[in-house]
Amino acid sequence: MNRDGLLSFLSSVLVIIIGLLIGFIVLLATNAQQAWPAFQTILTFGMRSMRNIGDVLLHATPIILTGLSVAFAFKTGLFNIGASGQFMFGGFVAIVISIHGVSMPPAVRIPVAIIAAALAGALWAGLPGLLKAYRNVHEVISSIMTNYIAMFFIVYMIQSNESIFNRGLSTSAHLPESSNLPRLFFPDIFRDALGAGFVSSRVNIGIIIAIVVAVLVYIILEKTTFGYELKACGFNPDAAMYAGINQKRNIIFSMMISGSLAGIAGALNFMRGGGVGIGIIEVLPVEGFTGISVAFLGLNHPIGIIFSGIFISYMQLGGGRLSTYGFSSELVETVIAVIIYFCAFVFITKSLIGRFIKKKERGI
Amino acid sequence: MHVIEMRNITKEFPGIIANDDITLQLKRNEIHALLGENGAGKSTLMSVLFGLYKQEKGKIFKDEKEVIISGPGDANRLGIGMVHQHFKLVHNFTVLENIVLGVETTKNGILQMKEAREKVLALSKRYGFDIDIDKEIRHISVGMQQRVEILKMLYRDNEILIFDEPTAVLTPQEIDALMKTMKEMAAEGKSILFITHKLDEIKQVADRCSVLRKGKMIGTVDVTGTSKEELSEMMVGRKVFLTLDKEEAKIGDTILKVRDLVLKSKEGKDKLKNISFDVKAGEILCIAGIEGNGQTDLVYALTGLSSFDSGTVNMDSTDITRAKIRKRTELGIAHIPEDRHKHGLVLDYTLAQNTILQTYYTKDFQSGRFLKKKSILNYARKLIDRFDIRSGEGAETPSRSMSGGNQQKVILAREIDRDPKLLIAVQPTRGLDVGAIEYIHKQLLAQRDSGKAVLLVSLELEEVMNVSDRILVMYEGEIVADVDPKQVTFQELGLYMSGAKRDEVSVYE
Ligand SMILES: Nc1ncnc2c1ncn2[C@@H]1O[C@H](COP(=O)(O)OP(=O)(O)OP(=O)(O)O)[C@@H](O)[C@H]1O
Ligand SMILES: [Mg+2]
Repeated sequence: MNRDGLLSFLSSVLVIIIGLLIGFIVLLATNAQQAWPAFQTILTFGMRSMRNIGDVLLHATPIILTGLSVAFAFKTGLFNIGASGQFMFGGFVAIVISIHGVSMPPAVRIPVAIIAAALAGALWAGLPGLLKAYRNVHEVISSIMTNYIAMFFIVYMIQSNESIFNRGLSTSAHLPESSNLPRLFFPDIFRDALGAGFVSSRVNIGIIIAIVVAVLVYIILEKTTFGYELKACGFNPDAAMYAGINQKRNIIFSMMISGSLAGIAGALNFMRGGGVGIGIIEVLPVEGFTGISVAFLGLNHPIGIIFSGIFISYMQLGGGRLSTYGFSSELVETVIAVIIYFCAFVFITKSLIGRFIKKKERGI
Repeated sequence: MHVIEMRNITKEFPGIIANDDITLQLKRNEIHALLGENGAGKSTLMSVLFGLYKQEKGKIFKDEKEVIISGPGDANRLGIGMVHQHFKLVHNFTVLENIVLGVETTKNGILQMKEAREKVLALSKRYGFDIDIDKEIRHISVGMQQRVEILKMLYRDNEILIFDEPTAVLTPQEIDALMKTMKEMAAEGKSILFITHKLDEIKQVADRCSVLRKGKMIGTVDVTGTSKEELSEMMVGRKVFLTLDKEEAKIGDTILKVRDLVLKSKEGKDKLKNISFDVKAGEILCIAGIEGNGQTDLVYALTGLSSFDSGTVNMDSTDITRAKIRKRTELGIAHIPEDRHKHGLVLDYTLAQNTILQTYYTKDFQSGRFLKKKSILNYARKLIDRFDIRSGEGAETPSRSMSGGNQQKVILAREIDRDPKLLIAVQPTRGLDVGAIEYIHKQLLAQRDSGKAVLLVSLELEEVMNVSDRILVMYEGEIVADVDPKQVTFQELGLYMSGAKRDEVSVYE
């Protein structure tokens, strides 16, 4: 590993440790007696069994993709805070196709649903892209608006269409089993003995798709002329203009690709079965925002993001167990949020460590 | 007695020894010039003195006592101040705020600006700096920004002043003023370290001069007893010809035809007034003038960086008045921009990545949407050899870590090697050492002799007179003279440039 790589790795580890410490302090302050066992659960729950490991990967899938979404836009100097809306749009389109496209065989239907979700996310992100390119509207502002438009629109669509609405649970309808992502041989690995039989994690082919997409993103950014253009626009827009690079086009494309990644995240998230669906509540899906932390903790590097996504999913799974120690669900959310969002400080830490090392080298 | 002595300093960077066992002594009250080729290690040595880098070996003495300088704070306490090659000012702060930044006086946590204001005003008056201290940095010229940097040092009562290439970004008039200020400061007891590539400036103000070459100290000489030729020979290690000999220009067809360019500012003021001229194959046409008389706007208009209100531009027989930048590039226009960090380079890219900024998509460097990494590296290595670009890690050096002059050479190499029909070069030799300047001037001539057109925009009269075949002088957005360098004197050019004299200039079709 080169020097910068090492520095990046160190700073990621450091923010994780600080985030954990603060989380622990919050636990201590609320209930000192249960703090330590609860903290241990956060740290170890994700690997206590094969099934838990499977679940970590399952939940890592969407946030790896939203992380890639945020990172991709970031490389072009854009902050796609609209991943939540794109995620929802992708998920919605995937649900509709999964339910209404039963005439297609699963081997066709599933890829079609995922691709359609990618397109939906791309279109939805293209809007802020267009506004930025042609009207110089800041993408953060317009993405926040598109987030809410997506949310209200989709909630309305679900509520007003019986075929995709599960009135009892107040969510979108369940998908037919044949629309769920294939689980390959995973159930035989990621399972726990329970009584006479087994229970398996619902981890599926989605995690493999996420990893493949991460590698593709890496290749696009580092090996292609398109990536060269995108990064030039991100690093130095004036020089990109001087070089004759079409910035408007690149801003729109970058947002669309970013959006398609969030769209795929939505598809994979809602096609995992097990009763998950879009809730009829006016809350934006957290996967979009968690994506920001995943991207930063992975230092916007596609391969780093695979690991940071898995790590954050791991924390969330362990954190989710805290209620068994008598912590209120609000507090649980707070602690997890502290740990996760602290990860977004990684760049500050990186420059601090950098300076610290420099000082050491100076021999002070 | 030496105010500063740097003894046996060694500083390494990945792949290069930037300072190799260097000893430098600075006397009180002296102006001590530091001369050396691009990448010789001048900025590095001064950064060590200012506490930005820690040397691996060697000691620093102040007034004969050893001191340890581990940051600009320490340097400041020891009375050492520095004006960097690329300024370090906060752009949306005012002049005054920038000056007191870091040494503010507060009372109960509230800023006390009154005293600071008085002190700054007094200093500014003493040195005749005509500066509005309540203006924001982004609204003042580069020359003024430099005065802010100088005031920062004076405000901190610094005794030892380091100037890293202060004149590279200044106009000749501003340079004169700076030279005067430096002399005054030395007379008042300050000691000055002064990096420059311009031998005239050294002759003009410096008492002694130390010469670095490839990280090593070659020697320190008294300026009065040493000629410019000797200085440049010490620095480059061979004889440098400070004047060019060039053949008669063989003027060909018109390459660039500019007619009636008009640009008005938002307030309706004329920035470019009916500019018309031709650039012909085989000639170096120079646009001379004092900075801020419309040269930048003109270049932006010709290269497509910004638009203008009316008029036409033709390249060969193609109308490029509204053409995109890419189109102009493909038609054969190359552009060495005025601001290398703004337009010329993507500093976060490597040297190699910067050499293909306009050509990354051509078949030489792309196959099926993928970059051809090997070809790109080989191409960069070719340019490194040909243009003698020096850096720590060759083609894969991060551009940000390169010395200022070598960054400039990357841009020059890229633009000249594209073998353009028309080369628009703005201050191409800014920040280059004499050896490199000689080389670049030869390249410009070679370009001309092979039947290409060169449009040179320069603030330096010396360069203008030496290199060009024809000179247009710009004053307040207008072309006020069209003269032959062989028939015009420096004085006359000066008159045109200051607006004291003007001709009716027209183009003959
Ligand atoms: N921060 C850095 N990291 C890596 N290499 C560096 C760094 N700073 C300087 N160098 C290398 O050290 C060498 C000396 O650089 P320096 O900036 O001191 O040159 P210089 O004499 O000031 O040149 P110039 O006249 O072009 O400004 C160069 O080869 C440069 O690439
Ligand atoms: Mg330098």
